[in-house]
Order: sequence, then structure tokens, then C-alpha cells
Amino acid sequence: MNLTLKIWRQNGPEDKGRMEIYPVQDINPDMSFLEMMDVLNEQLIAEGKDPIAFDHDCREGICGMCSMFINGEAHGPGRRITTCQLHMRSFNDGDTIVVEPWRAAAFPVIKDLATDRSAFDRIQQAGGYVSVNTSGNTIDANAIPVPKTDADRAFDAATCIGCGACVATCKNSSAMLFVSAKVSQYALLPQGKVEAKERVRKMVNQMDIEGFGNCTNTGACEVECPVGISLENIARMNREYLSASLSSAE
Amino acid sequence: MAKSALLGSSLAKKYWMALTGLFLSIFLVAHLAGNLVLLGGEAMAEDFNAYAEFMTTFPVIKIISYLLYASILFHAIDGIMLTIQNRKARPVKYHYEKPSANSGWASRNMAFLGTIVLLFIVGHMATFWWRMKFGEMPIDAAGQKDLYTVVATYFTTASTAWLHVALYVVAMIAIGFHLWHGLQSAFQSLGVNHPKYTPVIKKIGQIFAVVIPALFAIIPIFMFINQ
Repeated sequence: MNLTLKIWRQNGPEDKGRMEIYPVQDINPDMSFLEMMDVLNEQLIAEGKDPIAFDHDCREGICGMCSMFINGEAHGPGRRITTCQLHMRSFNDGDTIVVEPWRAAAFPVIKDLATDRSAFDRIQQAGGYVSVNTSGNTIDANAIPVPKTDADRAFDAATCIGCGACVATCKNSSAMLFVSAKVSQYALLPQGKVEAKERVRKMVNQMDIEGFGNCTNTGACEVECPVGISLENIARMNREYLSASLSSAE
Repeated sequence: MAKSALLGSSLAKKYWMALTGLFLSIFLVAHLAGNLVLLGGEAMAEDFNAYAEFMTTFPVIKIISYLLYASILFHAIDGIMLTIQNRKARPVKYHYEKPSANSGWASRNMAFLGTIVLLFIVGHMATFWWRMKFGEMPIDAAGQKDLYTVVATYFTTASTAWLHVALYVVAMIAIGFHLWHGLQSAFQSLGVNHPKYTPVIKKIGQIFAVVIPALFAIIPIFMFINQ
């Protein structure tokens, strides 16, 4: 396959950035999108040019590191996949492919297509955990009965890989799908319920501090999410936050 | 943190948007019920005027009307604040986006639709509400303020009546699209999302979004054709 790539180049956080055009030849349709980027980078290095910075790690759809806004969609065309799971056979010979970084004030560009998503880490650190004593007297997990449906829904929420496609896709750069998944995975389980009220307030507060936009329920995040996190989680977060705020003494 | 949780936070904006939006939706039904009397023509003019008199003087309705004005203002201001913050959240736009791949047109254009609706409300209130409350009004045979004649003149005999009707219909289309997304969205914002009930809520919201504005729009069209 021969392709024309229009890729965002930005030297650093302060650089204004611009789209640049790169032709690539003889791309194998069975390559992943990231492998195609590797081929382009090898070509650039051989030409003595600066290779394109992009995030990647496990390359098997688990880590959530690969990003890229490809042809107008987070992780490109195709549903329930990350960019490493996107194959070049999804495109046609001669196509022009537009590649941009996640665009959000809360995800500043580090270089080219690589963005700083540590805002998610800070939201997680604000309350996305369960405070338990693990110093040798850990209780068997099965000692606390959990209804199967609750366990399933908690697990579904916990499949969020924190890639940020929801933020990238949302026209408001809202992080509510991510935050709601993290709130839900604990709120649905007895171990997490203990700190549920405090948790949702802390995490939402951190989300607002980080400068993410407000959710307007377009539902785009749910469609583009590589692991299919449901909007039901946002509704759950809304409920949790409402009751936590109404009942708090502060 | 606590001070702003129910006023300033991102979720608070959703709650208020939803609550005021739902209240305004209920108002639409009450408003429509009165307007439908207009379809009775001259024969029911006095009934319509009696209804209009009741709506402007009955104390309970008066209290609700102040709540209504506040809701419209709050809904609009909340919307403006949302839009400003959301624009700030994405300072650099995408060069190429395919939003139709993942979301509906109405859901992405609520601010635009809301602006049309707000402009319409201002014009609509200037034309009828202001005149009824503070302006010179003709008096009907029963000695009531003759709002029927004012409405009929506006939509039939005025030289720009066709334009009035057309603008009214455009505004109703905007309200329809606004409700198409807004009504079901309000439930989601308030945390009502359930595998069994949400599809029903969505369906009812969409039927509401088509039927209510359509019935509103039929009235001036009917009056214009039947003049």
C-alpha cells in the first residue's frame, strides 16, 4: 500500500505546531498502525530527520498508552480497538490519513503525537483506591458476598485502560467517562462503598481542577471507548456525587 | 470544595441544567394547552382571553411564572458558562474531525439551538407577554383584554404575517431538536439510567420533541391559512 500521511508535528509544549505531509510506500496491509509509524520513523531516521514521537507500550490493547486521533476519530476507524489493534487493511491504497495528538488543555502535547496524560493519574490518586490494611492479615476476598451482577458491572467499569480516548473524542474534552468508570468500579463493591462518598467528591473535584470540560451527554465517548465503558457509569457518578454532596456536612 | 459542590462544580452545572430544562419542558405542555384554544377561532376568542387573563392574574400562576423566568435565565446562563469552559478545555482544535461517526447532530449543537430558542423567547415575549402586561390592549365583548385579536392580527392580517409564521415555525423546529437531545439528557444528568427504563425515556423524549413543537407550529399555520 502507498499512503499519504498528514501528521501533526510539534517540537515541544511551547511550539505552535503544524501539519506535515509524509508519503509512505509498500506498507503491508497486515501491519498495525503503530508498525506503519515505525516504518515511517525508520525512513525519517535514515534521511537524517527527526522521527515522530508517539506513545505506545504493550501493543496488544491492554496498556492504554497508544493514542492518536486518526482520520477524525480517536484510535482511528473501527470500534472497541486501540491504535495498536488498528491494522492498515482498514485503509485503502492511495488514502490520505490525518494523524493528530489527543487535543485537550488537560493533556498538553509533549512532542508531536505524545501527550501528557498525568491528569488521569492525579484524579486516580485523589480518591481512586480502597484504604485497606494489607500488612499480613488480609481477609479472603470471597469472605464478603458480592452479587454476581454487581461484580460483573464493577469489572466492566474496571476494564477502563485510562487511554483518554473519551477526552479526545468529547467535543468538550470532558473526562467524565474515565472518572465515572473509576468511581463505579469501587462504588459497586462492598469494599469500595465505605469510602464511596468521599471518593466521588475528591475525584470530581480533581477532575475540575485539571481543566477538563463539562459533559453534555453527546455519548461520543461511549462509542469511541476501546473497551466499551458505558454511559451508565456517568449516570452512576452523577447519582453518587449528588447524594454525597447533599448529605455532606461541609 | 464543599461550597461549590452543588453550585460551581462540573456536575452541579449538569444538575441545574437538567432541573431547569425539565421544568421548562413541563411549562411547554401547559402553554400548549392554552394555545390550542386558538384553533377554535373567533368562536372561542373569549375563552382564550379568559384563559390569558387567568394566567396573568391568578396568584399561584404568578409565583410559578417568576420561577419560570428564573429558570429560563438560569438555563441560559448555565449554558453560556458551560460553553465558555468547554471551549477553554480544548484550546487547539482538531484539523480533521468526524463527529457524525459517534454522536447525533442535536446533541452537539445544543448551544446553537438554545441561542435560537432564547432569541425567539425574547421576541415572543416582546410581542405578546409585554403587550399583555404593560401595553395597550383591545378589549373584547366580555370586557377582557383581547389577546386573541392581538395574536390573530400578528399571524394573519399584519403585512409581514407570513414572516411571523415562518419565524415561529423555525423556532419550533429549533425547540424540537433541542428537546430531542435535551429531555433524555436531563434524566442521564440526574443519574437516571437503567437498562430497562432508559430506552423508554429516550422514546418518550423523542415523541415529546416532535409532537409538542409540531402542535405549537400548527396553530399559526392554521390561523394564517384560515384568515
